[in-house]
Amino acid sequence: MIIKSIEDLKEVKEKYVPLIKQRLGHRNGLGLTQILVCHGTACHSSESREVRRQLEQELIRRGLGDQTRVIKTGCFGFCQHGPIVMVHPGETLYCRVRPEDIRELVEKHLIGGQILDRLLYQNDSTGEKTPAIEDIRFFRAQSRIVLRNCGVINPEKIGEYIARDGYFALAGAVLHKSKKEVIETIKKSGLRGRGGAGFPTGTKWELAAAQDPHPKYVVCNADEGDPGAFMDRSILEGDPHSILEAMTIAGYCIGANEGYIYVRAEYPIAVDRLELAIGQAREAGLLGRGLFGTSFDFDISLRFGAGAFVCGEETALLHSVMGQRGEPRPRPPYPAQEGLWGKPTLINNVETFANIAAILRDGWEWYQGEGTSTSKGSKVFSLAGKINNTGLIEVPMGTTLRTIIFDIGGGIPGNKKFKAVQTGGPSGGCIPAECLDLPIDYESLKETGSMMGSGGMIVMDEENCMVDIARFYLEFSQDESCGRCTPCRVGTKRLLEILIRITEGHGEMEDLELLEELSYDIRDASLCGLGQTAPNPVLSTLRYFKSEYIAHVRDKRCPAGVCKALLDYSVDEEKCIACGLCAGVCAAQAITGAPKTPYRIDPEKCTRCAACVAKCPKQAIQKGIRKDVADLGGEAGIYAGAGGAENRATF
Amino acid sequence: MIQHGDPGETFREQKLPVKDKEKGRGALEKDRRSKQFADLDQLIGRYSREKGQLIRILQKAQEIFGYLPEEVQAYVAEKLEIPVSEVNGVVTFYSLFSTRPRGKYTLSICMGTACYVKGAQDLMDTLKEELNIDEGETTPDQIFTIKSTRCVGACSLAPILVANEDVHGRISPGELKGIIQTYRKGESVDHKKH
Repeated sequence: MIIKSIEDLKEVKEKYVPLIKQRLGHRNGLGLTQILVCHGTACHSSESREVRRQLEQELIRRGLGDQTRVIKTGCFGFCQHGPIVMVHPGETLYCRVRPEDIRELVEKHLIGGQILDRLLYQNDSTGEKTPAIEDIRFFRAQSRIVLRNCGVINPEKIGEYIARDGYFALAGAVLHKSKKEVIETIKKSGLRGRGGAGFPTGTKWELAAAQDPHPKYVVCNADEGDPGAFMDRSILEGDPHSILEAMTIAGYCIGANEGYIYVRAEYPIAVDRLELAIGQAREAGLLGRGLFGTSFDFDISLRFGAGAFVCGEETALLHSVMGQRGEPRPRPPYPAQEGLWGKPTLINNVETFANIAAILRDGWEWYQGEGTSTSKGSKVFSLAGKINNTGLIEVPMGTTLRTIIFDIGGGIPGNKKFKAVQTGGPSGGCIPAECLDLPIDYESLKETGSMMGSGGMIVMDEENCMVDIARFYLEFSQDESCGRCTPCRVGTKRLLEILIRITEGHGEMEDLELLEELSYDIRDASLCGLGQTAPNPVLSTLRYFKSEYIAHVRDKRCPAGVCKALLDYSVDEEKCIACGLCAGVCAAQAITGAPKTPYRIDPEKCTRCAACVAKCPKQAIQKGIRKDVADLGGEAGIYAGAGGAENRATF
Repeated sequence: MIQHGDPGETFREQKLPVKDKEKGRGALEKDRRSKQFADLDQLIGRYSREKGQLIRILQKAQEIFGYLPEEVQAYVAEKLEIPVSEVNGVVTFYSLFSTRPRGKYTLSICMGTACYVKGAQDLMDTLKEELNIDEGETTPDQIFTIKSTRCVGACSLAPILVANEDVHGRISPGELKGIIQTYRKGESVDHKKH
């Protein structure tokens, strides 16, 4: 069916709305049981597909095929407890459902009408089991604008998206609103780019719309390169039509007829769903020529990233969309002036686009009311690292880190102490415990020395070494530096060398000054965002965790027990079975022993390669913080390549 | 019409080595090659009409050949009428492309932050030691290639090993050895993730 008007949309909506309403908790006497199975990447990896297959088979076997439907959905966000299965009516949430649990689940819940306690979510601290989603703290503190359809609709059915008022905003804009009006609404809403820098979206649209040259292009940046961030992926997997709709609205506003989604090839599920969604939208006449019977044409195609972090930077992304090396170029001219093939191009991030339809549907006044004075609306974060509830969350701007980490995230596992949370990926910084009560928005995060970034949050506990984390990020930035400009290409390399030196116990106190000085130079002189922000992990850890740096440099000690060269290895005599495997594998011949007596490691000879740790069948070799501070003797002092003042070039 | 396998003087010596003692297999190999190039032709025909599809073509070409030898790069360049240097520039820029043959299984350890803070480095060390090769290398028997990969976005399952397409989550160095063994035996791996 070709959709030509709002009436057509309403007709589709009416067909699907009872199903959706039931999933939202309405008891509408549908006489149907719906079982939602999460098919996001995390649940998919833990065999949710097999769970669904078994479920379908079992239902047919028990003769329940007619009154029960199994529906695959996008990410519920509760990834730690996946695969997630939800049964409606009753809104019962089952966690960690294995294929072998299916028989019991069908027997007890669907036939017996009782809740299967064993698979309910269990609160780790209280031991309490909760069947209803609204009683789980993880979901209670969230408010969902962008993720409203994730885990509710089947992303592979355009009808279900329309039933959630999908494509109504597009129809309203194209049929009844002028381009100016739409842009004005976006501007008034206060929406800012969710890719990290926070540029006002309405202003960007206005700039692109004001350009004369044609054709113009709309590009969706779905190159989510930050390690530990999976917001965009979940939106694309769970609600792909919301992106298509928003891009088409953007095309209408700026006068473009072509759109590109630049998506990572590492996200195969997202790519499949996007391809499917584009096909369905074309079939329904929601993409293609003459949308809603007007003269407005718009179509979208996909372009694939091939594994280069720098392509998240907009000018580099443009080169990559054109099939070239993804190297950035100086701005201005901005892409809105000169982008793809030299023509005006509007680039927005996935999450930014996901807000557009909601703003047009519910009005800018409502959106204005959400969030803080400078940052409106909500923000999606992906929680990962040392946290109980890893997953995807959406909270209003201005929520405190404490709420996110301890209420929603459920705190740190294993009774460990919270040390820092890293936001903004390799461009961001580490925020320490004293900033936990900070309400987060673009500005407040910047003040702490970090940044919003795309929304990845990695929680670290006392067992993570902050110097090592800085080194990890620098290794990433150095590896991903495209090599175009010298400050980034050479600077990140030098910065990394200093950090490696420190983690290996060869650091000097002067290195700390050098780190800071070099960081500022790289920040000020680099061509694009990658280089300008690459030193942030170093600067923020130096600011909040200087004592750890000093422990590495002065005491040659890694307080968190991570940096291998600064640890001592010893044999736990009770666990040792005197098999001699460790002695065999030790290249430095530092391990001695005889049959039936525990083996010993000579710290003088040990090179701390940890080969013995991996080999030991009884896990009897422990690594510990070095107790005796190594006497450096003649080695102490400045050696070639160190950052001492006398070794620096004078100019 | 350009002849298969003869894309230009520069890359003549880059043909796949075929061992002398396997002449019989050599003929088979030749058939396979021409089939691969026929697939590539079809692919180029399909995508070359759209602008800016070089990366897509190279991705698909890598699926056909397993990697992108200079021979294939030169062939693509010739067909698209662009300099080989441009194709090579793109191939060497993106980490997805490989110019060396890979093993039957590519074992990638996710080096995203979430995996890193949960011990991905230990996994990598174990893997390297167990297979006795370094990152980016392939075992002499052509079964395993080790790689580190960027975040795959399944952070709740950290640390992660991706074997070809299969994601194995929450694994310990000990379990890793078992997984390698099973792949080596050629069995499908039914690793319990939880």
